[in-house]
Amino acid sequence: MTAELGHFALIFAFMVAIVQMVVPQVGAYKGWNGWMQMAVPASIVQFLMTLLAFGALTYAFVVSDFSLNVVVANSHSAKPMLYKISGTWGNHEGSMLLWVLILTLFGAMVGVFGRGLPPSLKARVLSVQSTIAVAFFAFLLFTSNPFARLAFPPMDGQGLNPLLQDPGLAFHPPFLYLGYVGLSMSFSFAVAALIEGKVDAAWARWVRPWTLAAWIFLTIGIALGSWWAYYELGWGGWWFWDPVENASFMPWLIAAALLHSAIVVEKRESLKSWTILLAILAFSFSLIGTFIVRSGVITSVHAFANDPTRGVFILAIWGVTIGGSLTLFAARGGVMTSKGIFSVISRESGLVLNNVLLVVAALVVFVGTVWPLIAELAFGRKLSVGAPFFDTAFTPFMILIAIALPVGAMLPWKRAYIGKTVRPLYGALALSVALGLLIWVLQTGGRMMAPIGLALAAWLVMGALIDLATRVRVGKIPLGDSLRRLGNLPRADIGKATAHAGLGLTIFGIAAITAWETEDIRVAHIGDTFALQGAVTSYDIRFNNVENLQGPNYRTTKGDFTVLVDGKEVAHLRPEKRFYPVAGMPTTEAAIDIGVTRDVYVVIGDAQQNGGWAVRSYVKPFANWIWFGAIVMALGGLLSLTDRRYRVAAGAKRKAAPMAQATPAE
Amino acid sequence: MKTMRALVILTVFLAAPLWAVQPDEILPDAQQEARARVISKGLRCLVCRNENIDDSNAGLARDLRLLVRERIVAGDDDAEVLDFVVARYGEFVLLRPKTTGSNIALWAAGPVMLLLGIGMGIAFVRRRKGNIPASLSDKEKARLAQLLQD
Repeated sequence: MTAELGHFALIFAFMVAIVQMVVPQVGAYKGWNGWMQMAVPASIVQFLMTLLAFGALTYAFVVSDFSLNVVVANSHSAKPMLYKISGTWGNHEGSMLLWVLILTLFGAMVGVFGRGLPPSLKARVLSVQSTIAVAFFAFLLFTSNPFARLAFPPMDGQGLNPLLQDPGLAFHPPFLYLGYVGLSMSFSFAVAALIEGKVDAAWARWVRPWTLAAWIFLTIGIALGSWWAYYELGWGGWWFWDPVENASFMPWLIAAALLHSAIVVEKRESLKSWTILLAILAFSFSLIGTFIVRSGVITSVHAFANDPTRGVFILAIWGVTIGGSLTLFAARGGVMTSKGIFSVISRESGLVLNNVLLVVAALVVFVGTVWPLIAELAFGRKLSVGAPFFDTAFTPFMILIAIALPVGAMLPWKRAYIGKTVRPLYGALALSVALGLLIWVLQTGGRMMAPIGLALAAWLVMGALIDLATRVRVGKIPLGDSLRRLGNLPRADIGKATAHAGLGLTIFGIAAITAWETEDIRVAHIGDTFALQGAVTSYDIRFNNVENLQGPNYRTTKGDFTVLVDGKEVAHLRPEKRFYPVAGMPTTEAAIDIGVTRDVYVVIGDAQQNGGWAVRSYVKPFANWIWFGAIVMALGGLLSLTDRRYRVAAGAKRKAAPMAQATPAE
Repeated sequence: MKTMRALVILTVFLAAPLWAVQPDEILPDAQQEARARVISKGLRCLVCRNENIDDSNAGLARDLRLLVRERIVAGDDDAEVLDFVVARYGEFVLLRPKTTGSNIALWAAGPVMLLLGIGMGIAFVRRRKGNIPASLSDKEKARLAQLLQD
């Protein structure tokens, strides 16, 4: 019964979306106020209906309604409640439903909080947003109906992939979707502006918070996914350049470029058509991301052939959205006249450089991701493009960005004198280079990654601090006055410095773990103590015991280890090897002693034929700085989002986050 | 639905616990072992999804790891080991694509796009570089004075 209710709600939302796509657009064109106004209630109804549908599906998962096809394929009655709920979006149909739920939520938020928007722009934005919704509702209803019933319901379900039964991964997709879909808002604003033929500072003030929020969600989502891989996959890898990861990383890079170029539009009324193009690109990459994950096109050309209806639908959505908006851009992009004039050395130029580097970096990832497909279709070569390619091709861009960033961030608008800007940074430059050299000398012929990465990280962090210090004139006026000035600085400026420092922290973590990780693989017997040599400290690991236990829906082999330094116990670790009978699949649960300067990471493997167990242990220096840096970046974004000049939109945003996460619990 | 199920089965099969290098595979010579690890990180586990043989626990990955070590012990240098593996499994096995033939486009894409981007950036910046007047014109000064008086 509830499933049918959900199904009807979804169909109703689809109908409303079609009306909302057409009527406000016509109204805006003709100047009919009533027609424009209807977009607001329509957007709210659309959201509520989708929420109802999502609630019905969640309910089906919670009560394990095995008459629904999706529930059977992705759930099991013995699964813990958290994973029954997260199972709602842990599959194709449910995740698409979550996608439109967020899409309609954002539409409704513009409807409710967008009182300050010019009526015609608002009507057009909501119409464009609804156009995207129409495509996705149709995709859901015609090819991926989550409410499809089974004629003969089985006694129990097939379970959820045990790897996905993890709190980190339960919330990874919703965050990514909040990010992907947040970019749909920037896209809708861009297309609406193209139709209106007007882009000004007020427009940018509306687009920037959406982009910023989307970027924050993507940052958190990507960090969660990477952290999950680190502790769950069993050897502490945290980034694999897998197509699925690249799919979330490309929109992140483009969104980062977009939120910088939107500043130029807002403050200097320049870079307008470029910003529009970036907004279109960012959402295009989001769509590609959504579908790469969902269709597996990039992993194999044949995924399309297996399910032609879905494949054709996806191609059509891509073609219409990307092709249509780019055509519109080609026709109308020239209308945007930029006013701002600036000299070659200026903040504007710095941001242009930022955009060039970020966008080209994203395109490099894109080319690498699709190259196997192109090579096979065009040249008949079956080949792989893996991590070694991306490491080589992508890293230089990050190095260039890190070198240029502190200088660009301090350049004044309009016209700058490079000498004057760089002067306060001399100290930081000298210190960073000295630090790099010191590391290089100390590690005697190790990987170059460490000295370069550390120097760049120090340069970024010190650069961010000096940026703030210069703004509040530390040393030039009494300290108390400086502190008062710091309190009065716009939040956006503090957010900027925070996010830039966060990038430095992440680079530090990456460089340190890549260069200095140590590893030990051996067969150990119960009672053995073996040495694990870290980059600085030497650890002793004592293997105390192994037990076999029963979990809620798995069996587990649990090892018991003590980590010692100079005979003193520093940690007690219990790595597990689990077996999930429903999926017939084992997983590893690494045991990690988390620390600021290093993680000690122990994994237990198979029992050996002649006694003993395979045991791998690692010292991973500064591993957590990778994700800590990402959190700091997201925090910087959040600070910037709460800046006074975005107050209306910022308030809307803050309400949005808990709402979107609270929905599945219904 | 069939696709989804196939995908799920695929992921389940391929993403199982990553058991990588086993203790019994490790070569006694630390230097040779280190070389084997580096080579392994650049070879794809053919039945896996974007995983190198060093990280993978698939049976085939283990066979390949042993093969790489065998060749190293037999005295091959790194390039010879790679050639040996490619001759048997095709270039699909290389995670770092070759720099020959059509792949030149892949490797050149980054630098070429960067140069293009910087070129376009410079062109744009130069076009925007108007004559920024250092001080106000007489007309503007008069207007300012008038505004200040009001």
